Amino acid sequence: MSYVSRDTMLLTTPFHSRVEAMCDLNDWGNWMGYTTPNAYFDVELEYFAVRSTTGVFDLSPMNKYRVTGPDAQRYLDRLITRDVSKIGVDRVGYAIWCDDNGQVMDDGTIFRLGEQDYRICSYQRADDWFAWNTLGFDVTIENESESIAGLAVQGPTSCTVLTLLGCTDLNQLKPFGIAHYSFEGRPLMVSRTGFTGDLGYEVWVPPESAEALWDQLFELGRDYLIKPIGSYALELARIEAGFLQANVDFMPAEEVVRVGRTRSPFELGLGWLVDFKKPLFNGRSALLKEQQQGSRYRFAMLDVEGNKPAEHSFILKGDKQVGTVTSAAWCPTAKANIAYAQIEMPHGAVGDELVAEIYYQRELHWTRLLAPCKVIDAPIFKSPKRWQTPAPPH
Amino acid sequence: MTDYDAIIIGAGHNGLICASYLAKEGKNVLVLDARNEPGGCASTREFAPGHHVSDCAQWLSQFDQGIVEDLDLKAAGLKLGKPKTTISLQSDGDHLVLDGDTISGAGVDSADQAAYRDFKKMVRSFAKLMTTLYRSRPPKLVEQNWTDRLTLMKLGLGLKLLGRERLRDLMRVVMINIYDVMNEHFSNAALKSAIALDAVTGTNMGPRSPNTVYSYLHRATGEHLGQSGTTQVLGGMGAFGQSLATAAEKSGAKIQLDSAVTAIVKTEDRVTGVTLDSGEQISAKLVISSADPATTFRRLLGYHQMEAGMAKRVECYRSRSGTAKLHLALSGLPSFTGLSEGQLTERLLITPPMDGMETALNPMKYRELSDLHTFDISIPTLEDPGLAPQGQHSLTAIVHYVPYEPHIGWEAGKPQLLSQLISELEGYAPGIGALITASELVVPSDFETSHGMTGGSWHHGELSIDQALMMRPFPGSTQYATAVEGLYLCGAGAHPGGGLQGLPGRNAAKEILKRGAL
Repeated sequence: MSYVSRDTMLLTTPFHSRVEAMCDLNDWGNWMGYTTPNAYFDVELEYFAVRSTTGVFDLSPMNKYRVTGPDAQRYLDRLITRDVSKIGVDRVGYAIWCDDNGQVMDDGTIFRLGEQDYRICSYQRADDWFAWNTLGFDVTIENESESIAGLAVQGPTSCTVLTLLGCTDLNQLKPFGIAHYSFEGRPLMVSRTGFTGDLGYEVWVPPESAEALWDQLFELGRDYLIKPIGSYALELARIEAGFLQANVDFMPAEEVVRVGRTRSPFELGLGWLVDFKKPLFNGRSALLKEQQQGSRYRFAMLDVEGNKPAEHSFILKGDKQVGTVTSAAWCPTAKANIAYAQIEMPHGAVGDELVAEIYYQRELHWTRLLAPCKVIDAPIFKSPKRWQTPAPPH
Repeated sequence: MTDYDAIIIGAGHNGLICASYLAKEGKNVLVLDARNEPGGCASTREFAPGHHVSDCAQWLSQFDQGIVEDLDLKAAGLKLGKPKTTISLQSDGDHLVLDGDTISGAGVDSADQAAYRDFKKMVRSFAKLMTTLYRSRPPKLVEQNWTDRLTLMKLGLGLKLLGRERLRDLMRVVMINIYDVMNEHFSNAALKSAIALDAVTGTNMGPRSPNTVYSYLHRATGEHLGQSGTTQVLGGMGAFGQSLATAAEKSGAKIQLDSAVTAIVKTEDRVTGVTLDSGEQISAKLVISSADPATTFRRLLGYHQMEAGMAKRVECYRSRSGTAKLHLALSGLPSFTGLSEGQLTERLLITPPMDGMETALNPMKYRELSDLHTFDISIPTLEDPGLAPQGQHSLTAIVHYVPYEPHIGWEAGKPQLLSQLISELEGYAPGIGALITASELVVPSDFETSHGMTGGSWHHGELSIDQALMMRPFPGSTQYATAVEGLYLCGAGAHPGGGLQGLPGRNAAKEILKRGAL
């Protein structure tokens, strides 16, 4: 898929020529080995494109694995913690998978493309783990990461823009639904999924279609104030919307070398994804034991007083340090100072009042701030548009 | 209600021992075996008209004395022959004789004799220490369980009592190879290779392979547990199997032969029974497998019924042996250069020097036939004439450096290897070829078929530090319980491992009873 203009250590995505042309700040980051923009022109304006009009994010570096064969569903049911049979054809499910110790390896989405035809979209490269998982199953795993290019098209005007592109009746597509179209003679798949907590879609095409897709989207979307967005703006949106990020809010279990640094689904607030009704899945016996004996940590969403993001803060209960912050941001739309923290049990229940020890610097002057905070039960940004079908007109 | 409290897969020695201990506590136990006789690797077979041999295990030297007493095996009919001296044959007829702590012949000098006494003393002190570990469940290191702490404390005390020098020696040698250790202690080549033979037989290794010191200590520990010396079972090994079966039945266990288990049945999230080749399903509170881990988990349970990390561990578990058995029917007693007729009943070894042993490993590794082998020979008919027609004899030998699957295939490979082995024997027993009336070569893959041992591995998995003690067969399935609810292990693939020792079966039963799993 690589569009490589010169020898670099990082790969480029199929959209790179277009991304590069629009990346006014020339601010690049390394996302899983790919050159990706941190910001195009202004982080906050990019963020507001997602919230008010349409933001476009190149998510081609996501890893995509095709799972096919007579045992595809049984294979996935053993791999992930939730019940795969509940994901219908042309539907998507959010999922996590664990190792045998019940520790989260990664999270991702499962696209059901046919009866026994699935695609796993994961943050981590997982060739090795997915291959080991095939033992005992009649299933074929294909890493198709490089043969699919993807764009997240997110925001209130996203449905309109994509409809102009030829995605007929897209407004009828339910959240987590998949629709198939063609684009310049090649397949184009749209899923109503995203990482922003608002109305939004992800568009999947063969790499050959990438540049034309980008060009037409921005041409047709001009009147709808379509903007490209980089990782920083997406980070803001996802924290506001309550999504966890691998390698930020938890360490993928396989990458951890120090004892005790992995986390279970319960410790990440993802217990709802664990279905013990299934007789077997990776991590089940360890998680059952944890359920009986208790977890070490609790994932807490904190509403922090003031407007200083509690980045990397210690969380205190009285004088005692009971946790640390993994993600934090001042969320512009919710107008709230949100932090995600891992809190030692038994602290961190909803309503618990804690203190964030925040350090911030202005002109080389560091200030320590003890900001009271409160554990909240749900993301503070809730957009009804996210769940409405038909998708609301803007 | 289940049909039984426990179903034990495999009526080998460990299965029968486990059954006996459980049945003695009033548990309702069924032992199933695919073969038509009990004993597993402790079996006797007529390989030529009138010639009966112990067709798998040959010597009884490591069997835990405590089990003999607990199960009263003497009353159950177990009869052992006299302890054997080991004689390592030399081509010039000046043989090396190893009798207890004394060695003679083959040009060993007084320095080597003294060094041998010291070496045996050191090995015994290590073996004594390992006995503590072998007679209990393997302790887990991180879970802080009191039973495990106690074992570790005993072990710690034992290590302390070894003394600083011995402890240093143990820590230093246990991870290295027998080749280096032999060269450190001895100068006589025949002596070095005779000891090294014990470190590699039954494994997939040569003397310079890591873990060979551990496999040697494992054997030495067995001999410490056995306290019987190397003996042959009168009536053949099958008689040993039979005595264990008698003891098990006396304890109240039921043994059902000719009943191959084709699958371990899992209902929801736990094992609930087995399926037989007849299609019959039998249920039990627990299924305890004495089959090797690869057979138990891969073939009988199936990878799709376990978590993926465990499937990976099973797949990576090393279970292959380069050891075969040679059976010869002889029209008369052979004559070995430099051996008296009386010495023919002893344990006879043939081995090249250590470098030759190491060289012999290469063809085996690369799936070729070697032109050098080691032999561990018994002529059982001298002490037990009933095993052959009157006036005739049988020779059985444990032969190492035989590939699991040679490139040329076994159909072509067997006759070739057989004549190679006989010509190697001829070098020490001229004229033996003319006495042979029938012969049989049992290669590792034959053991897999006949006795169900994956890779032909006697030990049900290579005996190496990474597959031993608290990691046997692999993390997550130690202490006889497996990661699958309701499924236990009691075979050589569990701690402390293989060799006719009986401790996996005994320890498994004790652990199951202690946990109140039944």
